[in-house]
Amino acid sequence: MIPSTFDYLAASSVDEAVQALSEAGEDGKVLAGGQSLVPVLRLRLAMPTKLVDLNKISELRGVRDDGDAIVVGAMTTHHDVINDPLIREYAALLSLATQTVGDPQIRHRGTLGGALVHADPAGDLLAPAVALDAEMVIVGPGGRRTVAAAEFFVDLFTTVVGPDELLVEVRIPKKAGWGAHYEKFQRVAQAWSIVAVAATVRAEGGSIAEARVALTNMAATPVRATGVEQALVGQPATVQTICAAAEHAAENTSPTSDGNADADYREHLARVLTARALTAAAGVAS
Amino acid sequence: MTRISVMVDGVSYVDDVEPRTLLVHYLRERLGKTGTVVGCDTSNCGACTVHLDGRSVKSCSVFAVQVDGSEITTIEGLIRDGNLHPMQQAFHDNHALQCGYCTPGMIMQAIDLLGDDPNPDEQTVREGLEGNLCRCTGYQNIVRAVLDAAEKMKPAVRAQQPSTVAGGGN
Amino acid sequence: MTATQPVTGELGKARRRKEDARLITGRTRWTDNITLPGMLHMAVVRSPLAHAKITAINTDAARELPGVLGVFTATDLGADSISLPCAWQITPDMKSPKAPPLAVDTVHFAGEGVAVVVARDAASAADAVSAVEVDYDELPPVLDMEAALADGATLVHPDLGTNRNALWVFDSAEAGSGGDVEQAIRDAEVVVKRRFHQQRLIPAFMEPRSVVVDPTGEQLTMWSATQVPHILKTMASLTLGVPEHKVRVIAPDVGGGFGGKLQVTPEETVTLLVARRMGKPVKWTETRSESLLAAHHGRDQIQDLTVAARRDGTVTGLKVELLADMGAYLRLVTPGIPILGAFMFNSIYKFPAYRFACTNVFTTKTPTDAYRGAGRPEATFAIERMMDELAVELGMEPLELRQRNWITHEEFPFATVAGLTYDSGNYEAATAKAKELFDYGGLRAEQRRRREAGDPVQLGIGISTYTEMCGLAPSRVLGALSYGAGGWEHASIRMLATGTVEVVTGVSPHGQGHETAWSQIIADKLGVPFEDVEVLHGDTQLSPKGMDTYGSRSLAVGGIAAVRAADKVIEKARKVAAHMLECSEADLEFAQGKFTIKGTDRGKTIQEVAFTTFAAHDLPEGMEPSLDSEATFDPENFSFPHGTHLCAAEVDTETGWVTITRYVCVDDVGTVVNPLIVEGQIQGGLAQGIAQALFEEATYDEGGTLTTGTLADYLVPSAADLPHFTTDRTETPATTNPLGVKGVGEAGTIASTPAVVNAVLDAVRHLGVTDIDMPCSPQRVWRAVQSARGAAKSTSDHTTEAAAGGGLGSIDAQGGAR
Repeated sequence: MIPSTFDYLAASSVDEAVQALSEAGEDGKVLAGGQSLVPVLRLRLAMPTKLVDLNKISELRGVRDDGDAIVVGAMTTHHDVINDPLIREYAALLSLATQTVGDPQIRHRGTLGGALVHADPAGDLLAPAVALDAEMVIVGPGGRRTVAAAEFFVDLFTTVVGPDELLVEVRIPKKAGWGAHYEKFQRVAQAWSIVAVAATVRAEGGSIAEARVALTNMAATPVRATGVEQALVGQPATVQTICAAAEHAAENTSPTSDGNADADYREHLARVLTARALTAAAGVAS
Repeated sequence: MTRISVMVDGVSYVDDVEPRTLLVHYLRERLGKTGTVVGCDTSNCGACTVHLDGRSVKSCSVFAVQVDGSEITTIEGLIRDGNLHPMQQAFHDNHALQCGYCTPGMIMQAIDLLGDDPNPDEQTVREGLEGNLCRCTGYQNIVRAVLDAAEKMKPAVRAQQPSTVAGGGN
Repeated sequence: MTATQPVTGELGKARRRKEDARLITGRTRWTDNITLPGMLHMAVVRSPLAHAKITAINTDAARELPGVLGVFTATDLGADSISLPCAWQITPDMKSPKAPPLAVDTVHFAGEGVAVVVARDAASAADAVSAVEVDYDELPPVLDMEAALADGATLVHPDLGTNRNALWVFDSAEAGSGGDVEQAIRDAEVVVKRRFHQQRLIPAFMEPRSVVVDPTGEQLTMWSATQVPHILKTMASLTLGVPEHKVRVIAPDVGGGFGGKLQVTPEETVTLLVARRMGKPVKWTETRSESLLAAHHGRDQIQDLTVAARRDGTVTGLKVELLADMGAYLRLVTPGIPILGAFMFNSIYKFPAYRFACTNVFTTKTPTDAYRGAGRPEATFAIERMMDELAVELGMEPLELRQRNWITHEEFPFATVAGLTYDSGNYEAATAKAKELFDYGGLRAEQRRRREAGDPVQLGIGISTYTEMCGLAPSRVLGALSYGAGGWEHASIRMLATGTVEVVTGVSPHGQGHETAWSQIIADKLGVPFEDVEVLHGDTQLSPKGMDTYGSRSLAVGGIAAVRAADKVIEKARKVAAHMLECSEADLEFAQGKFTIKGTDRGKTIQEVAFTTFAAHDLPEGMEPSLDSEATFDPENFSFPHGTHLCAAEVDTETGWVTITRYVCVDDVGTVVNPLIVEGQIQGGLAQGIAQALFEEATYDEGGTLTTGTLADYLVPSAADLPHFTTDRTETPATTNPLGVKGVGEAGTIASTPAVVNAVLDAVRHLGVTDIDMPCSPQRVWRAVQSARGAAKSTSDHTTEAAAGGGLGSIDAQGGAR
């Protein structure tokens, strides 16, 4: 299929993009990596009349060290996220999860910011953003604001980013020395996650000192598994404590039923995969 | 209409395109590069894979207006001095194609894969090709071909890699 | 004159393919690549509803768009009086609905064409499709075959008075090929009954369908991504009233088919009508979503099987009752597809009594038709599942049970209970080789170890010993089955002046490698270099006669036609050579491309003979100056490849995830022309068969909308989802053709599906699981395990799954012997 017609602007700066989006109103759409948007346009599931392309805005790309946090430009591609040494060191969970996104070609084009704002509940980067306590930096006509990842996702395919706003940066507090694992469950390699678990933990003297766990596709937005985290902290890092903690994984979730999985199966998977993710993240022999 | 300037398989082109024109349609319909094909509308099949500034992309998920100022290599730009690219040769030698529809995309992605990892094992190859569907071969000979090409490209691959991957045509 | 090199041993050589040179460089000729001067683009407006009255079609807005030349409904094109052809009247009273290429007042499946638009370019055509407004009055969809047959069911085609298309029965007692199966069941020591679901699949060839029709020449020319250019030409003539000699059909490079392009499609028909109307070339190329929605689907059966046996494992009877979903219309061979399975349920086993009864049913779904194997995978799946079920019932080792019942190699030729004669085979040899390659004993030990340890990851071993009928088909058999045509194949050979050779074949390859294989066959026969043979096909103007490519027929029928034509060339050349050498024909022997006077070194090469014939200065009295020859071969019998497939699968009982850890197959496809091509066909077939077992299913929602309408939803596996295969062969030549070949295109698909499902079940059988519907998705496997452990929690959310799979409900209802 061929998309319907639209006007196109390759914005050269964030200000120009925001200006163009303000003018376009509801008919405008941001083109980031385009790996979800272009198929949607081709199937004519959306027919915006104005596309504002961010690919030429170089300031939106790249990763920088900002003291106690690393800052990832929204237009940094998945491929660059995976290969970035700062992210590997301080936000390993994001690096691991990004490796499972789409396929190599999609990872060359798709971007972190695009994936977060698209907010597909089955998308693999939402839960890591929540687990890592990321902060989203948003720019609009009214200026700049920062929103915690936990507040960022509003509903299916909906975030707090307004139609005339842009996500420009993702700030991630450094987690040096944390173990991490992203456990993804899908039908085939290309498919979206049925359920996935993002887990990162800091062990200290054989015990779990800190733990962050978030779930992909267990509700309309990513779910922080606080019950699991609380059950783990201060416990010895063993298979038994991890499995006991993982029993809390499906708490406060509201998974959907679809052709691949019904809600009760997703709840079951959340528990099993949480145990596996934590075991791997904590480096515990299973 | 938007004016773009683009280098495709070593030749520069300046064209006015509709913003909605997909790169793959620009390649096929404006430039006659029919070697690159369309297999789906959801970016699952990978048949349209080309190299954009040295990296593999699905040309059905990029608009032609977006490649202004870029360099593109298609399956038609791989032959050098009349010689097949080692990956093309390996696909032939290992019977890695049947109907051949997925082959251009498969070869372009396989070359990119070796750019990332010149010495992959079987599982790495399989995962590196996860975005390319083939309905004929069951993939076994494709995997074999990529491993074979990796072996044959070894001595030269690091030195030649940038020019091998990007640009240039016969 | 071409240099001559003695040529030996082309048959069996692993030649790299001639076809590749173009395909690996992008120098391809797909139908969608074709651009003709003045060419227009057509696009189809499709119904989003499964079943509805069309109350209005408003085309005004579409017509006014820039670049739009026309919008046409069925009536506008006169298509309302056309019915697409079905070539297989399986019973005299078979019900055939009218099948116009565009819906007339009622749509019968979601995706059916309602109107077409014609524009200067594809983008404008797409815009115009969005602008056509169609109003519908929705009717209830007909989705469930059993409900469709019940009294008072909504009728898909009310004028037929029923949703039953036909009932087709084969009974060995009536046919005289065996006993009475009801008697066998009454007398049996053991009876096992099971119900299996053959889910609906989509062929999903990689090249979407495309058609270009040029009406400007004396012959109307149609390029189409089709497997069947010859059938398409004849059917276009019969259906549309275009004189056959005024139509030329070309199948250029065709990107896969798997039966999915064995069709005379609505879109081909409408493109032709529109091109004639516009007086301009017209192209239609489908999107992938259109392809998944509207191109024909495959499989879709409910299978009820009853096996009667003695306690010692000897089978005594087999009863098969099928419901087969036709979808909304009968396409080219739709009603006959399940009937092809009638001859294969008995498989390699010596059932003394057999009955097969198939009820074909109309629903408001996409029409079904051929998909790789076409009726035979369905049969093989069911019988191989049944053999495992019987083994469980009897407490026997499943391979031993098969061995007890299969035809031994001394028993060939063997007249089967289904009325066929298997000419050759050696099931023992293939099985022995497969067991060794698989390490059958070692894996059984590993399986025991994991069972005893209660390992969360269990191991299963799946067996499939199969045969299939290939080489469609002896014309007399097709006649007996009321098929609308014969099963012969044609070839001709042109000896060119310089001694190179053109082979024209009536088969129509779309990835199989016929150009390479036929070159090998003819190089071997004529003793010319492989490189000196060009194989021509796929254009009815240059290849005037043919029955095209499907049903693993190309080599076993079309290849033999080429051999026969080559024999005729040699006989003509022998006359000329004898004349040149001034000897009698009887004194000549022909080997390695040279006629030699016996006992001397005097001779003439076939190239020299070809040039002498071309010059025609001095030929034998009464001889035409031509060596060119043609042959039409009608096989006397099918061919029967067979083999043993063994699959080891791990099942993660915590998640239901299945991993194939080892796959070994030993196939016997008779004599092999090119082992590389044979191996490739097997590997590709395995992928499709495994995909049926684990991944693929076309599903509809309760409104009749296809919910797997993109490749993001219809799960074609990638390289990362499939295992490495160990393939090997045994070679028992077919006795019914001069090459000894059997056909290989469908074997992998036919055999692998039951091997995988049997492995999955074998892994969890000890936990109490008795069946899992295909595809064996993680959720289905996990639920089966949960259910067997008595811990199933069936929530209200679960109804969809149960309806779609029928799975868990059917376990309790069907489980165990009756």
